Amino acid sequence: MIEVLSPGPLSSLQDLGRHGFQRYGVGPAGAMDEWSHRLANLLVGNALDAATLEITLLGPTLRFHQPALIAITGADFTPRLDEQPVALGWPLRVVAGSQLAFGRRRCGARAYLAVRGGYAVAPVMGSRSTALRAGFGGFEGRALRKGDRLTVEPARERYAPLPPGPPAGFPPMDCPSPGPAPLRLLPGQQWAAFSTTAQQRLLGEAYVVHRNSDRMGYRLSGPALALVAPLDMVSEPVAFGTVQVPPDGQPIVLMADRQTTGGYPKIASVIGVDLPRLAQAIPGDTLCFTASTLAEARALDAERELTLRRLQREMTEFLETDECHASI
Amino acid sequence: MSAPLPYPAWRLETLGERCLMVAFPSTVDPAVNVAVHALAAALEPALPANCELVPAFSSLAIHWRPVPERDDPDWANSLSTQLQRLLAAGYQTTADSGREVTIPVCYGGDYGPDLAAVAAACGLTPDAVIARHAASPHRVYMLGFTPGFPYLGGLDPALALPRRATPRVSVPAGSVAIAREQSGIYTLDSPGGWHLLGRTPLALFTPQAASPCLLRPGDRVRFVPITPAGFTALAAGDAR
Repeated sequence: MIEVLSPGPLSSLQDLGRHGFQRYGVGPAGAMDEWSHRLANLLVGNALDAATLEITLLGPTLRFHQPALIAITGADFTPRLDEQPVALGWPLRVVAGSQLAFGRRRCGARAYLAVRGGYAVAPVMGSRSTALRAGFGGFEGRALRKGDRLTVEPARERYAPLPPGPPAGFPPMDCPSPGPAPLRLLPGQQWAAFSTTAQQRLLGEAYVVHRNSDRMGYRLSGPALALVAPLDMVSEPVAFGTVQVPPDGQPIVLMADRQTTGGYPKIASVIGVDLPRLAQAIPGDTLCFTASTLAEARALDAERELTLRRLQREMTEFLETDECHASI
Repeated sequence: MSAPLPYPAWRLETLGERCLMVAFPSTVDPAVNVAVHALAAALEPALPANCELVPAFSSLAIHWRPVPERDDPDWANSLSTQLQRLLAAGYQTTADSGREVTIPVCYGGDYGPDLAAVAAACGLTPDAVIARHAASPHRVYMLGFTPGFPYLGGLDPALALPRRATPRVSVPAGSVAIAREQSGIYTLDSPGGWHLLGRTPLALFTPQAASPCLLRPGDRVRFVPITPAGFTALAAGDAR
């Protein structure tokens, strides 16, 4: 059992989302940074869609009342286990009674804490993700609070102490940083309905992440994007990364807690492999965009999936080796 | 079986790299919406489990997720081919569920704080607004916005008004509201810019239930006026 000594501002259980229910108006939710979420799971030998704890900006303080194998990925909030600094992106043994705390934010917006075996919460509509606004799924349909007790599914193996870091040849698992590299865009359904000025602005100017950004959407502030003529649209489906533009001309990128449909014109969408970088941006960060193509986006997406599967294979083999497998 | 009907004019679009969308003319039109749901019904049996369909007023999205053990780089192309074949073949006219669902509504007062303003704006008495809303042939076009929120077409044109200039920060769950040619029912306490005529004690979304949503596309909806006492009694019992 893991006891929540302090919850942090927004710590919620998320997996790869609730799929198959958008037609009922139920948004997928799920991890904002799916890449870091999946890395955290593969580092402890979990299925990639096991729930992780998504931690926002400030970490919680957690007490482990049982031994566990954990991994933290994504944002660097300077985690410490019993006051000792902890490496991100590598599995770590925790003994019963240990306390995990977080400190200053070094980079990123969201960290992911995976526990071998996974958090034991009942799936709702096929997912352990917390639907924060509707109030179901995850841990009692809400973000963690002080005093909550998270149960962990029994893990199959116990491990001897692990090496302190990845073996040679294992790729680094840094936080996907919004960084100076532009986020790549595909044209959206209503791209052609926007003025040439608007199209050039989006691809040429800087946009700042507005403080009203959250798991539902990133609101951006920058040069306004205008339509050639007003559009009378009825609600249409939207996706993770859809960039929609309300009448004020300030774009909104739809994220994990997006609605299932929307009635604002869609100027573009952020390509899938760049969404984790966007999900790690915080209010005040500056973003810029560049044009991509569907072929490039699909190729990058396929390549990322292959990389992930290779890492998962290698990590599973590593966790199963004798030196790792000796019982304590 | 009768001869298939032709689909309305369509375009095939991409919505990011993991979604295809069939777009019919962007309009609130029962004929177009029936075509959307007919296409969804025709496509569904052939779709693998990693896909999900999202039918809207006049468009249908097919989202998919990568499947680790089965990678098909041509998947988007084969889906697109299949869609074009279905669209060329036309559809039969039996897409509507045929269900009629009765929704009790307590109109006006605290339950529907905009009833008087709507009546004034439409040049009607509040009772006439209630009568026209309850008599309108409402049909569920789609679910969206929040879980189980039904977008209903069929509102009496005498009640058509633009959305409120300033949306409310919080609208109570169960609120029955109108905007333009539509009615809707708020399923969660949520922000909203529609005019609130009344409130139903029924739960429109129950996440733990086998079928979590009270309504589904194609349903016909009949609003039946109830008194505040009737509302309280229904809310106290099992409203569903």
